[in-house]
Amino acid sequence: MPKAKEGSPAAINRTAVERTSDRELVVTRTFDAPAHVVFEAWSKPELFTRWWIPKSVGLSLVSCEMDVRTGGTYRFVFSHPDFDQPMAFFGTYREVTPNRRIVWTNEESDQGAVTTVTFEESDGKTLVTFHELYPTEAALDEALAGSAEALPEQFAQLDELLAGRS
Amino acid sequence: MVHYQARLDITFAALSDVTRRGVLEQLGGSDASITDLAQRFHMTLTGMKKHVSVLEQAGLVTTKKVGRVRTCKLGARRLEEEAAWIERHRQLWSARFDALDELVEHLKCKEKEDAQSKRR
Repeated sequence: MPKAKEGSPAAINRTAVERTSDRELVVTRTFDAPAHVVFEAWSKPELFTRWWIPKSVGLSLVSCEMDVRTGGTYRFVFSHPDFDQPMAFFGTYREVTPNRRIVWTNEESDQGAVTTVTFEESDGKTLVTFHELYPTEAALDEALAGSAEALPEQFAQLDELLAGRS
Repeated sequence: MVHYQARLDITFAALSDVTRRGVLEQLGGSDASITDLAQRFHMTLTGMKKHVSVLEQAGLVTTKKVGRVRTCKLGARRLEEEAAWIERHRQLWSARFDALDELVEHLKCKEKEDAQSKRR
């Protein structure tokens, strides 16, 4: 189970999600560690899989391949008790600049976003900016509504978890 | 799902105009007639009627005609649904980044320990 600090008001406030335009979604958060440490957690499969899918979502990782370098590809496969078929997420790393920037495509849908994550270090802390650019406004609407609708039970559990901590 | 998204489309289209957002803000303070709103936003009555009608279709505003005056007020639905929708997404990211935070903290400590043991 997640540690007690998860969901505390202070922790919640640190993650900001903003729809910056019709086609863009930006998530930011500052981590109390140098950029190379955050980059490591983002680029090594054995570390990445420890945080990318929150436990409360109930997905199990079936396989994970990540070749984090410019032109490399990734493929994650997850299973969920409610779904017969496993779900695959895959794409290409368009740009990888160690400790600074990763750009990748999301090719499981032809309306998938291009994702850019940047790591900006200042005074030993790192500002992570996660930016998704969708091909159309409808694609972003769909992605947001989809993420909210596909996992209602899991989000309800998360709600409970968060409510219990406040 | 399609119905839900069609409604979101209408809402976001309604909110995509600066005058309509201004009207919602005004109505958040107090109800107003179309004539009031037209004057406040320096528009013709016809122009303001169009904006109010878009907001009405999105369920963001309701209007009532008494005599010759049509009064507008905020609709029951307001923005709660849309806010909830962004909020759910934020909770996912919050949980995700909380987990990353823990991991990063762990890696940072490990790195410090390694550096210290090398020095010894």
